[in-house]
Amino acid sequence: MTDVSALRPDIAREPLPEHHRGLGGRLAEASTTPGGAVFVLVAVLLISTIVANPNFGDPEVLIRFLGRTAPIAIAAVGQYYVIVSGEFDLSMGAVISMQVVLAGNMIGDDAGMILPVMLLMLVLGALVGVVNGLATTVLKVPSFIVTLGMMLALAGIVDYMTGGAAKSNPVDEFRQIGRGGIEDVPVVGILPYSLMILIVVCAASVWLMRRPFGRTLIAAGDNAEATRLAGSSLVWLKTRAFVLSSLSATLAGILLVGYAGVHPSVGQGYEFTAITAVVLGGVLLGGGRGWVMSAVAGAFALELLFTLLTALDVIDSAWRDTVQGVIIIVAVALGARAWNAGRRPSRRPSEPTDETTQPMPTPGTNTGEH
Amino acid sequence: MRDRMGRVTSTGIVYGVLVFTIIVGTILTATEGRNFFATGNIAAILTFTSTLGLIAVGQTMVILVGSLDLSVPYVVSLCSVIAGSVMAGETGSIVPGVMIALAVAAGIGAVNGLVVSLLGVHGFIATLGMGLIISGYMTANYKGTSGSAPEPFRVIDTANIGPIPLSAIIMLACAVLAILMLRKTRVGHHMYAVGGDREVARLSGIRTAVPVVVAHTLCSLLAGLAGLLLLARLSVGNPTIGSQGDYDLMSIAAVVLGGTLLAGGKGNILGTLGGVAIFAVMDQVMSVIEVPSFLQDVFRGLVIVLAVAVYARREIERRPAPFERPTALDAALQEAR
Repeated sequence: MTDVSALRPDIAREPLPEHHRGLGGRLAEASTTPGGAVFVLVAVLLISTIVANPNFGDPEVLIRFLGRTAPIAIAAVGQYYVIVSGEFDLSMGAVISMQVVLAGNMIGDDAGMILPVMLLMLVLGALVGVVNGLATTVLKVPSFIVTLGMMLALAGIVDYMTGGAAKSNPVDEFRQIGRGGIEDVPVVGILPYSLMILIVVCAASVWLMRRPFGRTLIAAGDNAEATRLAGSSLVWLKTRAFVLSSLSATLAGILLVGYAGVHPSVGQGYEFTAITAVVLGGVLLGGGRGWVMSAVAGAFALELLFTLLTALDVIDSAWRDTVQGVIIIVAVALGARAWNAGRRPSRRPSEPTDETTQPMPTPGTNTGEH
Repeated sequence: MRDRMGRVTSTGIVYGVLVFTIIVGTILTATEGRNFFATGNIAAILTFTSTLGLIAVGQTMVILVGSLDLSVPYVVSLCSVIAGSVMAGETGSIVPGVMIALAVAAGIGAVNGLVVSLLGVHGFIATLGMGLIISGYMTANYKGTSGSAPEPFRVIDTANIGPIPLSAIIMLACAVLAILMLRKTRVGHHMYAVGGDREVARLSGIRTAVPVVVAHTLCSLLAGLAGLLLLARLSVGNPTIGSQGDYDLMSIAAVVLGGTLLAGGKGNILGTLGGVAIFAVMDQVMSVIEVPSFLQDVFRGLVIVLAVAVYARREIERRPAPFERPTALDAALQEAR
């Protein structure tokens, strides 16, 4: 075969996309992909919310909102690892409930217990992830089923520990992690610990996704078989993703104790909220595509949406679910279009400009036009 | 011996697990001094299978085309309240009540299918969103239970034909129709094709949207039917009855337990019915021997994972090693060339 660049010199001279059209142009281009569009969505929602409720624009109110959204954003980061590797984690909500109840039961009024119990919670969280991961990879049970089973089992344990009723809250020092912060900061007033934890989690995740682990994880989500043949251990890879997901759920649980207190219903439905946030962030269900920060932006978009609906107050609060459902479907439908558009190679440079660049058919070949 | 094992299908395994569950259940029931095969016990199991069975049959079709339906619990609740309100205790309103409820269900399913197939939204998100939409509508319009089922309608739940409850017969009839549709009709075959590989199906000249829409419509329709059965059982429409039953996740679990691939394109209704029966037997036995409710959940989770693990492992071992002796299908394909 002839070298393509010899026949079509226009292709070879095309600059690499990374250096194409300056920073502004590249940003504009990125914002049309689902992973970028979610940031536009967050901006639009933020401005609409501030217009609807000018109070929301106050830095102090805004920073508290960011702190309040941190648990769901952290859960979305955890869910991102699992989804991008092509799996599901439905046990997330149950893990949060378990950790919240555990903290309430074991810490109690003893501030000295905070560290050992937190250590225990992290170990248990990691253990749940290991079991999920090994059952998915070694037993070859679909992760949807594994984590569904885990969800049922953990819900049973929570039921056993609480009897279905709220428990007394743990000591205040522990709850401060979730609802406290560094006081007397200029401009914003208070810097919530939860927001700082979120920032650390985000930075660590971006770093991790640029490491071989992250690269391989995305490859495994795109094509597990090819990744395995390329020499990765899918068992260890996906198990780590599940462990990260359960650890994020644990972290979200620790923060939620501060906000919501100890009740077996804390964390219920969190898995669906986290998956929705991740998908809203343009991460492809089925794996292989998406940026971790877009998942975080998806979580913020979701929370801003709730805030906006409350601020607008034009619709009966009973209809909130309906509006949320419509917006999720519309956002993902638009995202699906954008992925398709993004996947198609740009037509403009490769399209033949005139007749002469088109390779002439060899004489004697039937071109089908006559 | 290995050859004989090789011929056991995943459906065979499911029924093997079911027989095992029944044997264990019989022993456990006997320790309580009760007879597992007593008419009352069997009737309770069959009644349990009727609602979950209807939904799981629909869910099988949706999963076969490579989608998911998480909106079923809300469709169940919606149909029960709509039919209950329309009937309002009047015998004459039974037919319009049933008709309106089923029409609404079918409409919801069609919208699900269109969103999945034409807008390209993953079934998980499309039906999760649809579930939220319906749940919002119900919180806005129905406070608490509403409507009531007239006496003749309630007969559906209480009547027995021989030892078998009428509701179980309705479910089995729907399952038989679904099996016939999947095996004998064009759209049924197309469902397998689209679920197996959508792009290949499209290149083969199949309109890929049609089977997806049909599967989603039938699934919602069957969920609506399950809602009507629950209305007959409770005699009032209850807007939370579907969510209480966890029908979305339990039906998906039953389908996967029945050997259907979650990715679509492979599986059958018969296996799903086996999966539903396993759940039914387990639930009944656990309530007879009075297992604490928290342990019931733990057991349910364990059994789901382990049962799926049994056949998931087999599925892999059954695949012939590359370049080994070709199977009968490969031979036939070679011949056809």
